[in-house]
Amino acid sequence: MNLVSASWLPPLFAAGLLGEPVSVTHYLVVGAILFTAGIVCMAIKRNALGVLMGIELVLNGANVNFVAFASPYLRGEGAVSLGLDGQVIALFVILLAAAEAAVALAITLNFYNNHSTVDIDRADDLKG
Amino acid sequence: MDLSSQLPLLLGLAWLAPLASFVAILFFGPRMGQHGKNAAWVATAAILTSFVLSLVAFGGWIGSHPVQAVSHGAHGAHDSHGDEAAVGAHGAGHGPAAHSPIAYSGDWYTLYEGGNLKLSIGWYIDALTILMFVVVTFIATCIHVYASGYMHDELHDVTDHEVHLSGGGHLHRPGRFPRFFQALSLFCFSMLGIVIAGNLAMVFIFWELVGICSWFLIGFYYERKSASNAANKAFIVNRVGDFGMLIGLMALWGALGTLHFADTTTTAADGAATTQPGLFSLVRPAAGGHALRVPDGMVKFAAAKEVAQIAADHAANPADAASEVASKIDDWRSMGMGRWLLFVAGVGIFCGCVGKSAQFPLFVWLPDAMEGPTPVSALVHSATMVAAGVYLVGRFYPVLSPDVLLVIAYVGAITLFIAATIALVANDIKRVLAYSTVSQLGYMMLALGVGGWSAGLFHLVTHAFFKSLLFLCSGSVIHACHTNDMRKMGGLARVMPWTAGTMLVGCLAIIGAGIPFVIGLSGYYSKDAILAQALSFAQANPAHWILYVAVAGGAFLTAFYMFRLWFMTFAGRPRDHHIAEHAHESPAVMVAPLVALAVLAVVAGWTLPGGFGLANLLEQARPAGTESTMTGGFVFGGLTFPAEHESHEGAIHVTATLTAFTTAAAGVLLAAAMYLWRILSPTLVAYMFRPLYRFLANRWYFDELYHAVFVVPALGIAKLASSTDRGVIDKIIDGLAWSARQLAGIDAWIDRTLVDGLVNATANATWHAGLELKKLQTGHLRQYVMFIVVGTVALFVLASLLFRTTLAG
Repeated sequence: MNLVSASWLPPLFAAGLLGEPVSVTHYLVVGAILFTAGIVCMAIKRNALGVLMGIELVLNGANVNFVAFASPYLRGEGAVSLGLDGQVIALFVILLAAAEAAVALAITLNFYNNHSTVDIDRADDLKG
Repeated sequence: MDLSSQLPLLLGLAWLAPLASFVAILFFGPRMGQHGKNAAWVATAAILTSFVLSLVAFGGWIGSHPVQAVSHGAHGAHDSHGDEAAVGAHGAGHGPAAHSPIAYSGDWYTLYEGGNLKLSIGWYIDALTILMFVVVTFIATCIHVYASGYMHDELHDVTDHEVHLSGGGHLHRPGRFPRFFQALSLFCFSMLGIVIAGNLAMVFIFWELVGICSWFLIGFYYERKSASNAANKAFIVNRVGDFGMLIGLMALWGALGTLHFADTTTTAADGAATTQPGLFSLVRPAAGGHALRVPDGMVKFAAAKEVAQIAADHAANPADAASEVASKIDDWRSMGMGRWLLFVAGVGIFCGCVGKSAQFPLFVWLPDAMEGPTPVSALVHSATMVAAGVYLVGRFYPVLSPDVLLVIAYVGAITLFIAATIALVANDIKRVLAYSTVSQLGYMMLALGVGGWSAGLFHLVTHAFFKSLLFLCSGSVIHACHTNDMRKMGGLARVMPWTAGTMLVGCLAIIGAGIPFVIGLSGYYSKDAILAQALSFAQANPAHWILYVAVAGGAFLTAFYMFRLWFMTFAGRPRDHHIAEHAHESPAVMVAPLVALAVLAVVAGWTLPGGFGLANLLEQARPAGTESTMTGGFVFGGLTFPAEHESHEGAIHVTATLTAFTTAAAGVLLAAAMYLWRILSPTLVAYMFRPLYRFLANRWYFDELYHAVFVVPALGIAKLASSTDRGVIDKIIDGLAWSARQLAGIDAWIDRTLVDGLVNATANATWHAGLELKKLQTGHLRQYVMFIVVGTVALFVLASLLFRTTLAG
């Protein structure tokens, strides 16, 4: 697979990322890709479970960013913390994601019980 | 407790008992038994209490002031003079022998005190007051008992056959039994208030209260047009007289500064007692032997110009001015200053009496007042209320100057003659009695006017008994026949023996029947006294012989119309068989008062051996200075008022008694000839004297005259005023209202379109915006995600464009 000739690569080349050693920026690019994929997944999936998966992607994209920004390279000289802020928040987000997934799955199950489907396009009972 | 503190207490309670009954019936009347049946008991109990208290007071009075025959010799020696010029010459000599009446006076409650005006509720009690209390409460008690039977129709719903509704039916209304007794109680309270009053202001207050009670009672059947008209007429005609009375009150108060009858003694805080002279001692000072003279206050009032001049001359020293005025007063008095003021005061007060006692020219209301229920006619319009005028003249007697007395005598004579002639041809049984009342009141006034103080008041008392008796008898007849028209009666003596008998007693009493010089019914004594005094006056003042003729002629007319009434009602054969068959004797509750009153109508005039009798009782209250001959008068020339005891003696008494007997007998015989034996046909007589008959039957056209002279112009003015009101004032006001409305319309338009429009537009915009925004909420989750994404991207783009430098920096 010719990644180099792919039409979406030039900006990366222009930023000179591919030629650089792995740095915070690369992590951020990965996070952005994960996030975008999650968003697209949420936007195009009609299956409620697919949307939930998209949400997981978005959250994990954000987690990557948190961890990336926790990089020692970005830390100032006079910092006194342990340098684990990003990681702690990421753990926290994972926890929340688990909780949210439980609630969302319960809603989906109930929806299925009532409508015999998990098509979110059919879930418009509360529209204005 | 001595008499002076006992009497006000007893009579005060007797006076207030009917007020308590009035208040009780006013608030609880409809709840007193079925349809307020017990209201009659409450009112009767109250007036009976008053009667008992009055009797106790009366007993106390005669216990400490035994009634004895008056010795005439003691007074014969001296004369008192009404003419001021004569006082200077003779006055001093009469002092020690002067008689003064036994009277108690005082104040219960001061309504107002300021400057020299003092308005108070007080008492003036003498033999006359107590006598009036006994008479009024006794008659009122009889009439309360009678009325509780007479008014029984009012105990259930009443259909008034005299009220025709526009639908063609008759008025159907609830009974008004308690209301009747309520008004009756208030009336008794007011009447007793007049009798006990210690000053003219209090008299005036109760005078008006009596007037309003009369209005309530005449208008008792107020749905009847005639009754409400009669009530209004009585009230309005009385106001005319009261206007004169107000003028008299102002003249007295303005010049003398007091309205108290008797002297008032006030004790100051330091124990010093000051005595302010009352009206009686101002006009008839004890120092002058109680001879009438114009009081200092009135002289000063009339000589205001001279007083002002003296004050100006002695501006530096006011004490000098006062002493000079005091020294000149006797000169001014002999010049006749202030006489007119005294005359105006007397005539003014008499004007009030003219209205209340139905004298010419204000007598027109009394016959119409017969629209009220018969007990009212008996109590209010014959025995007591109309007597208030005579009573006040008697009470106020010391202040009346000779000229006023002559006016009173002539008014009385005219009244007695006119009313007696009208009574000759009246066919309504109550109207005959009404005109007879007017005529008898004329007698009393005339008696007072010719110097017969005790004769007038004696007749007042005896008349109260027999006239209430006559009215109650007529009520009994009306109750049985259901008509007032004597032409439909006749032969009732067989079915109503008690009524016929008692009414015969009443008729005999009113015409003064008796065996000359031996014994007679009550009217015999009182009427003889009047005749004798009129004769005595006519002899002393030959120019005024007409007064005696009026009295003697009046006696003839009285006898004729009273027996015409009796014969038409009770004698002969029934004219209307339907009525005669249904007639029946009245129940015992109505007959009992008749008998009681009949007994008194017989005995009231008697003097017991030892001198106890009404005439001698009245002598105790005789106003100071009237026991001897009075001369005076300046408006109508010199007048002589012979002392009353002179008319009791010798030739005058014999002539008067014989005249009274002859005229009365002639009247009875003529009535018998026309209505009993039918020798003369009444219709033929009426036909022979057609114009005269028509004139009398139309009551001298007085109602028509007053209608044309007073009512029509008054109505015309009222119409003019009403058209001005409607055409001009109302138009202006309507115009103002119209423009205000228009302005308000514009204002309302602004409010609705602009102010409300703005508010509504805001609300509408919000509403529609909401409706539009609602469409965004489609319920498609994927769409929402797209919105979020697009929105976020848009915000980033925006932020990067706007805050380029910040981001770059």
